[in-house]
Amino acid sequence: MSWLDFFRAQKPPAASASQAKDRLQIILAHERVSRDGDDFLPKLQQELLEVVARYVKVDANKVQVNLERGQGMSTLEIGVELPGNGTAKRSAA
Amino acid sequence: MAQVITVTSGKGGVGKTTSSAAFATGLAQRGKRTVVIDFDVGLRNLDLIMGVERRVVFDIINVITGEAKLNQALIKDKRVDGLYILPASQTRDKDALTHEGVGKIIEELAKDFDYILCDSPAGIERGALHALYHADQAIVVTNPEVSSVRDSDRILGVIQSRSKRAEEKREPVKQHLLLTRYDPVRVERGEMLKLEDVLEILAIPLLGVIPESESVLKASNSGNPVILDNESTAGQAYADAVARFLGEDRPQRFLEVEKKKGLFGRLFGGRAA
Repeated sequence: MSWLDFFRAQKPPAASASQAKDRLQIILAHERVSRDGDDFLPKLQQELLEVVARYVKVDANKVQVNLERGQGMSTLEIGVELPGNGTAKRSAA
Repeated sequence: MAQVITVTSGKGGVGKTTSSAAFATGLAQRGKRTVVIDFDVGLRNLDLIMGVERRVVFDIINVITGEAKLNQALIKDKRVDGLYILPASQTRDKDALTHEGVGKIIEELAKDFDYILCDSPAGIERGALHALYHADQAIVVTNPEVSSVRDSDRILGVIQSRSKRAEEKREPVKQHLLLTRYDPVRVERGEMLKLEDVLEILAIPLLGVIPESESVLKASNSGNPVILDNESTAGQAYADAVARFLGEDRPQRFLEVEKKKGLFGRLFGGRAA
């Protein structure tokens, strides 16, 4: 603590408890909704993959599913890494 | 070769998840590729302590049942490089964990990580047994309190008899004591078991002593592992423990009552950080 702090007002207490409450409200709201229903994400992913696979060959390992749960809205982000143009690569080599 | 470290205690509420989160973060901070797995299926909490609860998509059970790939279920920490979290399922029960399933996951992770931390559930039932089965090392989290010390002794026995190393009659699991919620003031008053008492009773090597600290609750409130708070005594004590685990020689700190603060300190110092 520097001597200057002597003159400064004391910092307000860090509001970690309200952070805790906010985080709990969001996550519990989501968990209560999914408590009765089945977890749909694995099925959703599977079906999405089937649709994509109809058009391109995809490696199941190259699929990333990201979810960000928010208060009023959640974002579901699905990244499918499509195979590169193999023929082009080969001809370049 | 990846090392599997199980964080266990027998008793609940002594700080397993807090310690797992801090330790995993500490190892990653020191450049080790680290994954921390929540084995408390049905009652997951590591995600909250790590602050990634809103990003959980898949969990260990989805991986075991083949509904998701392992790399899809791993959550990458945004604060520390090389740190990943594998959450437990919140909706299934512990029976969904299978011997082969867990074995495969550990095997696959071992190819990619330096350390695999298993955050064990309380008790000595199935979930706890899965968490300790693959252990190369065990961190036994103990509070200086009779029931916790007794349960730690019990879990030490379970590690010695039920781990894979024991089954295969290999070199036994290396055990470490992590004494948490240590309050030197109460120890000095004779109200709390001393470090020496606990060491004498459990007779395993000491990894570290984490002092009782207000910063631990603040850390869990905000979802930041307490080791990231390097101003707090608990954060520093975890950092010391990680350093010792990696072979550094660091003296124990925070074992004695802090010297009385001067007038200035008493006026402006606030409480223990």
